[in-house]
This record gives sequence, C-alpha cells and structure tokens, in this order.
Amino acid sequence: MDALNSLMDGFGTALTPVNLLWAALGVLLGTAIGVLPGIGPAMAVALLLPVTYGLNPIAAFIMFAGIYYGAMFGGSTTSILLNTPGESAAVVAAMEGNPMAKAGRGAQALAAAAIGHFAGGLIGTILLVALAPTVADLAVDIGAQDYFAIMVLAFIAVTSVLGSSRIRGLASLLIGLTIGLVGLDQMTGQQRLTFGSLQLADGVDVVIVAVGLFAIGEALWVAAHLRRSPGEPIPVGRPWLGRTDVRRTWKSWLRGPFIGFPFGAIPAGGAEIPTFLSYVAEKRLSKHKEEFGKGAIEGVAGPESAASASAAGTLVSMLTLGLPTTAVAAVMLAAFQQYGIQPGPLLFEREPDLVWGLIASLFVGMVLLLALNLPLAPVWAKLLRIPRPYLYAGILFFAAVGAYAVGGEVVDLVILLVIGLIGFGMRRYGLPVLPAVIGVILGPNAEQQLRRALQISDGSVSGLVDTPFAVTVYAVIVVLLAWPWVRKLVGRRAGADA
Amino acid sequence: MTTQTDTPAAETADRRSWLREHSELGVCVLLLALGVLVLTDALTMDVDITQRGPVGPRTVPVVVGVGLLVVAALLAMDVLRGGRGQAETGEDVDLSEPADWRTVLLLTGVFLGAAVLIEPVGFPVAGALLFWGAAFALGSRRLDRDPLIAAVLSLATYAVFNNLLGVPLPGGPLMGVL
Repeated sequence: MDALNSLMDGFGTALTPVNLLWAALGVLLGTAIGVLPGIGPAMAVALLLPVTYGLNPIAAFIMFAGIYYGAMFGGSTTSILLNTPGESAAVVAAMEGNPMAKAGRGAQALAAAAIGHFAGGLIGTILLVALAPTVADLAVDIGAQDYFAIMVLAFIAVTSVLGSSRIRGLASLLIGLTIGLVGLDQMTGQQRLTFGSLQLADGVDVVIVAVGLFAIGEALWVAAHLRRSPGEPIPVGRPWLGRTDVRRTWKSWLRGPFIGFPFGAIPAGGAEIPTFLSYVAEKRLSKHKEEFGKGAIEGVAGPESAASASAAGTLVSMLTLGLPTTAVAAVMLAAFQQYGIQPGPLLFEREPDLVWGLIASLFVGMVLLLALNLPLAPVWAKLLRIPRPYLYAGILFFAAVGAYAVGGEVVDLVILLVIGLIGFGMRRYGLPVLPAVIGVILGPNAEQQLRRALQISDGSVSGLVDTPFAVTVYAVIVVLLAWPWVRKLVGRRAGADA
Repeated sequence: MTTQTDTPAAETADRRSWLREHSELGVCVLLLALGVLVLTDALTMDVDITQRGPVGPRTVPVVVGVGLLVVAALLAMDVLRGGRGQAETGEDVDLSEPADWRTVLLLTGVFLGAAVLIEPVGFPVAGALLFWGAAFALGSRRLDRDPLIAAVLSLATYAVFNNLLGVPLPGGPLMGVL
C-alpha cells in the first residue's frame, strides 16, 4: 500500500505539464534515434546525455525513461523493415518480423511489436513497483563488504556471462578499471596515473568514456567497413491488427514479460537471452508452428514484450542496488553520478520524489509511446533512408558536442577520440565494450567500499565475508566461474551414461 | 641457385602472413604495456604520509596492473592456439571487404582539426566543419547540399544548447558579429 501511495505522488510529479513535455520529448527523440540504423539504445542514451545537463534531475530522468523505452521500440522497427539488426536483442524481431514485412504484413508486425512493447513495459513496471521497495528495504542494512561483493559479482557476470570469450571480457574489464584509476585517489588525494597533468587529476569523466566507446568507437568501426549499398527498407503503412491477429498474439504479449523481467534484473546481458527464450517458448506453444521462420506474428509479439519487460527488470537492480546489468543502465548510472546521486537502497528514502517520479513517468512514457508510434510509424520508416555519410558524421558531431559540454575543455575532445580509438580496436578484436564501461563506472566505487570494509575490520580479510549476504554473493560468483567446467563434466557424464 | 634466392623472400612473405594472421597479438602487447605502466605508476607512488587504513592507494592499482599482465599472457596463449576475437557486426557493417583505413584516418584528422578550432573560431564554425569533413570522408560529395546541412545543423545545435538548454558553447567571432 505504501508503494501505491508513493506511486500516486510520483504521478503527481510526472503529470505536471512541463514533465509531461520532457517525457514526450524523450520518447520522440529516443524512438527517432533508435530507428536510425547503427544506433542502439546505449548509444542513444549516451549521445542524449548532454541534452539533460541544463535540466533538474527529475526532469532529466523522466526524459531518460522515455529515451530508453523509445530507443528499444525504435530498434525493433529497424529490424522489421530492414532485416539488419544492429543489436543482439533485436535479432529475434528480425527473424519473424522481416518475413512478415516482405509478405506485405509489415503493418501488422509493427503493431504486434508496438503493443508488445506496451504490454511488456506495463507488466514489467508493475512488477518493478511491487518489488523494488521490498528489495530496497532488504538491502538497506547492507554494509561496505556487501556492496563490494555485489560489485565483484557485476564484474564477474559481465565478463563471463556475456560474449563468447571470457579472457577478452576480462581484458575489457581491466581496461575499464585502469581508466577508472586515473585521477586523485578518493580517500587520500594521492595522484594516480595522472603523469603530472592537472586535467587528468580530475579523472576521466564517465560520460566521455561512454560516448567514446559507444559512439566514436562505433562510428569509426562502421566507417572502416561501410556497406557500399545499404539495405532497402520495406515501405509500410499505418500499423494495425485484425481480429485473428489479436487472437493469436494476446497470450504472447502476456507471457513475454514473465520471461523478460527476471533476466533484466540479473546481470545476464539484458534483453538478449530472454527475447530468444521467449521466441522458443512461442514457437513451442504456437498452433501455427509451420509459419515460424516465414513470418509468425507470435514470434514478434512475445520477444518484443519480453525485451521491454527486461528493461523494467534492469531498473530494479539499478535503482535498488546501484548495479547496472546492461549498457543502458550503465550509462544511466553515469547520469545519476553526474547529479551527485548514488543509486542504492537509500535512494528510495533520500530521493522519493525522483524515484517515484521516474517510475510514474515510465507508465506515462509507455502510453505516449503507443499513442505516438502507431500513427507515426511511416515517418519513422523514412528515417531508414538517411544517407549513411550524414548518419555517421552526425554521430561524430553530437559525440563532440556531448564531450565538450561536460566541462568546456578541448582536452576532453582529445581524450574522447583516444577512447574512441580504443573502442575501435576492441570491436576489431572482439573485446566486448560493456565490461569496460562497467569497470569505469563501478571500479572507483568498488575500491572505496573495499577499503572502507577493510578499515572497519582493521585489515583482516575476514571482514569481507562476515555477513550472510556477502557469503551468498560470493557463492553465486563461484558458481558462475565454475559453470563452464560443471557443464563440461555433466555433459561428459551424460554422454558416458548413454 | 634459384632455390637459394627464393627461400628468404618466401620466408619474409610467410612471416608477414603469419603476423597478419596473428595481429591480435598486438592487443596482448598493448595490454602488457598498459600493465607495466599501471604497475610502475603504483610502485613509484609516495604513500607513506597519505596512507590511511590498512589498504592504501597503491593496492588496487597493483592488482589491476598484475591482472593486465596475466590477461595479456593468457590472451597471447589463446591467440597462438588459434583463438580469434570475433569482429563486431552491425546494420551498416560489411566485413567481407578489408578495412578502409583511409576513411578512419581522415575522420580522425577531421575530428582533431575540429577540436583545435573550436575555441578560436567558435562552435558553430568548428561544428559545421566537423560534420562536412566527416561526411566528405565517408564518401558524400554533394557540394551543393553538404555544407548547407552542416551549417544549419551546427547553428541549430548551438542555439538549442546555448540558449534553450543552458549548456554554454563557445560562439566565437561569428556569433559576436551576428
């Protein structure tokens, strides 16, 4: 009941005309940028960060919420009409959505995706309202050693769950941790890796790292391999659904969120795994199995709904524990830090206006998204025809604006370019980008918690594992680390039995 | 006679193709260098006065530095055993052709140029040059349209950020005149 009252207060914040305007602007900007090929939600949020520098935190996060959901929806439009998903979470949307569009059912595919996002976002956000305060209450007593354990879990999870190669994930994480070390040590003021430079003493701003790795790195990488003839988008009219389509899809819309939400809340790569699981589940449950692969509408509805719900799940761990489980959450955490706000269990007590305003605006954003995107779909489809030189020149342009706006210093642009070149190299050699970003954002924080915990225990390492919570987290880490061997062992035994 | 003159040439060609095949070892070298850098910085740190608590400012950099060295070694082993990092794919990415280094270098140059120019000539001019230069590098040759789009985009961005959103950008002499 308490959560409901707070949520009502949140709606009071979110429904003021000004905040409503920011939410609408966020949804529109997010969708437009998400539709543009080559720009995923993480880059969209990173590029739009500077837009919010002049805003108060509440307005900024209301806008962010719109951008996040808008960018996810925009991404699925691209995969349905262009069949070249840039984002792993949108791969599934392309598998069924693109054949539908080719068969002249693009309007239905877009409608199934849009309503799927609405349903998934709605159910996911309701689960967020129900669960987040409880998680925050449980976590409110956790100490420095527990925080440190959670952050180690985040490091291990992003390096070992995501991507195909653990060693490359670890390399990426260490690069991020190194960048995070640059500057004055938070506890003693000792200069580290500054080489006597005053500018480096302030450390490298997280926003510059995120924009550099996501935007500049991507733009340079695409520039090196630019497709000579970009794919032709399939023209589409206003999305709509017939009665038979609705009869086929409504269960898929409702099933998706229960697969997506839990996966969003744990550090397992965001929407990638749940969209795929949802696809498999829909295929198994469908009465039209023969249509899968040739344009089955359930294969669009379920996964899209799961994707949106996983975004809501991501927010649970981000807001209550300060634990970013996806690239977008990592960038949003950077935005929180920009305002001097530390997400975590105390956030719900210290900043109730902000948190509940943000959650309420998620509901508002979802309604706006549905109301805007159904009629605007043909306009979004036009964005797919943008000449690629303009698109990638624009990304470089706005990345430069963002980095310069951080502090008004030219040296930031040079750092941005250097980090962009690192991002380029990482893409070339298959180092995932997310661990590096998580390392930069959580690294300094993790070090601080570690040192605080050891200060309390007077240097004894047992101080790191003296709570049941910390022990549980380390047990999870051990399971994660041992998983490949366990699987190999089990597989061998199963093979021997057979 | 012929075999003797052929062998060194074939050998260098062999070595070159081996290096190209194993170019990922360059990543290991960079990680190694980074690890050495972090360790040197950590170990030359003067911490006696500033140390507070059992863990000083030196501990974490040492752990990160050692980690970098270990990862560099493990990655080298993986590459020599035939492991390869998968290059990232994307909507506009075509991996079937070799990398176009000229474009990347041009873009880097244009970006650096804009960074140098932003303070003396102001954001509107430097931003327009950045957009036009980048579009040119990426293959756009519409001389009637490109500069116009660049100028409009740059001026509009300046106006929105500087005047509407309250994020100051340098106007430069041009904005002084207008």
